[in-house]
Amino acid sequence: MKTTLLSLSALALTTGTALADEIRVLNWQGYGTDQSFSIEPFEEATGHTVVHEYFNSEQEMLTKLRTNPGAYDVVMINAVFTPQAIEEELLAPIDASVIENYAGVPERFAQDSKLVSDNDVYGVPWTWGLTSFAFNTSVIEEAPDSIEALWNPAYAGRISIRDDALEAMQLAALATGQDINNIEDLDAAEEKLAALMPNLRTFWSSENDWNQYMAAGELDIASYWSGSAARSASLGLPVEFVVPKEGAIGWLDALSIPATSEHREAAQQFIDWMIDPEFYTRWDQEGAPASANADAAAALPEDAFNKRVLGDPEVVARAKFQAPVTDESREAYLEIWQGLKAAQ
Amino acid sequence: MAQPTAPMDRRRLFALLSPAYLWLLVAVFLPLSAMLFFSFLTDLPQDTPDWRITLGNYNQFLTNPTYATLLWKSLKLGFTVTLVCILIGYPCALVLARTIKGRARETLFLLVILPFWSNSLVRIFSWAIVLRGNGVLERSLEFILPFDIQLNLMFTTEAVVIGLVHSFLPYVILTSYLALQAIDDDIVDAARSMGASRITILWRLLLPLSLPGLLAGAVLVFVPVVGSFMEPRILGGRMGTYFGTVIEDQFVAVYNWPLGAALSFILLAVVLLVLALSSPILKRART
Repeated sequence: MKTTLLSLSALALTTGTALADEIRVLNWQGYGTDQSFSIEPFEEATGHTVVHEYFNSEQEMLTKLRTNPGAYDVVMINAVFTPQAIEEELLAPIDASVIENYAGVPERFAQDSKLVSDNDVYGVPWTWGLTSFAFNTSVIEEAPDSIEALWNPAYAGRISIRDDALEAMQLAALATGQDINNIEDLDAAEEKLAALMPNLRTFWSSENDWNQYMAAGELDIASYWSGSAARSASLGLPVEFVVPKEGAIGWLDALSIPATSEHREAAQQFIDWMIDPEFYTRWDQEGAPASANADAAAALPEDAFNKRVLGDPEVVARAKFQAPVTDESREAYLEIWQGLKAAQ
Repeated sequence: MAQPTAPMDRRRLFALLSPAYLWLLVAVFLPLSAMLFFSFLTDLPQDTPDWRITLGNYNQFLTNPTYATLLWKSLKLGFTVTLVCILIGYPCALVLARTIKGRARETLFLLVILPFWSNSLVRIFSWAIVLRGNGVLERSLEFILPFDIQLNLMFTTEAVVIGLVHSFLPYVILTSYLALQAIDDDIVDAARSMGASRITILWRLLLPLSLPGLLAGAVLVFVPVVGSFMEPRILGGRMGTYFGTVIEDQFVAVYNWPLGAALSFILLAVVLLVLALSSPILKRART
């Protein structure tokens, strides 16, 4: 693994020592890119410095890309939003040949139609995971195996989901046995969510929020992301992630370079480091989502959550990966969700 | 003398006032007119080249009952918070202005303004720590009271009202205090010498004379509370969806600036309407 860091520094040397750039990364807070173990080795190896800015929703991320041209060099985008960003010409094509670790990314992720447009790569698959729910193991002894746990009256007033129209509707689609990418019976989904609302304590908006509510004992069950659950557990919170029998929402996160970035080479070096097995095994100790780089996943110890659970083909089969959502559906979901919230 | 110096006066007036008006023009009028323009568009010009002028954003408010429901909810919140602020703030200002004298008054006054010096987000998060289950408030009450207590105040409408009252109370106290302090002691003495009771003095003298200050404070509270979004979001939990939070969503979450702008101007119009409707009552109260 040392060789990669060495090659990174060699790359930095060959591209000119004067290039000590400051790259700006746009991501969720506390999501892999901004920890000391991710920044420090990179800064030492390349001489570049890394600065972070954060968003609280994908729409906010797109807004930031549109309104602050030139402000960011690397942006983390949920692949569902990548086609929209490509279409709005917010992203620059990435030269995958200079990203050494790109070879380890399996075809199904690397050639994902959401990330590749006209044979140009606009997103390097970084991590994937599942959206489902996690529960407080100190309160609930037996792990629920169904998404109906969110509707269980026994936990009324101690449940939370994210304030996000799409995620809420897709959870409702799972619970009503519908295709998450093509919710045909919107009324059934709305009814299901209406029944969930009185059970909710609050909405959570960030991982930090989620951890605080769980630590304060405000919640028993809350919707969550698999990688975040592993991270919360590694922080010492008594939580366990559930992949219910109805299935879970699968997502793929990719790293992209904004079209207006002025430090593309440094940004590509950073992305290379982000899918490096050495970085990933270190990240996994802190709680990471599953890596999109198969080499990195293989480098994990056998008992790691990302190998034990997400490496299980039976669990992977239950994952329903998100497809891009049309504006019409998004607006319809938003209207339903706002109506439900306003009725409280 | 006055005639020849008038042009110079005017020039001086112009020189002194122009920075303020220039600032208002650049910082308030221009962004606001840009927003007004956005509110009539189908899409933002920088995103979609084929944008058009439309009334659709305003029409959405009329056709989607969610917005009207939320606006009514926000207005109710505004009235509640204003009323609570008056009920707490006016007696406080009365005591400060009429009873307490000297250094004690200065100290108490400082205590009233002190929260104003801290960041509003910090204040709201402090309330979250106090109000949440097993939080500071519940633990202290449990310590004092012999029986178990479950307040469950966090993530309720009450929590939003508490947070907002705390944020805006100083406005009512400050304006009422200034009005009450300006009342001549001799008037009160005269009433007392004629045998008026304390209640009569308060009801017939102090309250009418200080009403302009009290009402100014009430308006200062009502207007921002109707559009508030940060406090309901943090303290209200699932009850915290208001007109202000929906406007915020349009700008930061959904990226529908035209609709957000249209909703903002509807809010502005409704708030102005409420103030206009109440102005005859206010005028009558003053005479």
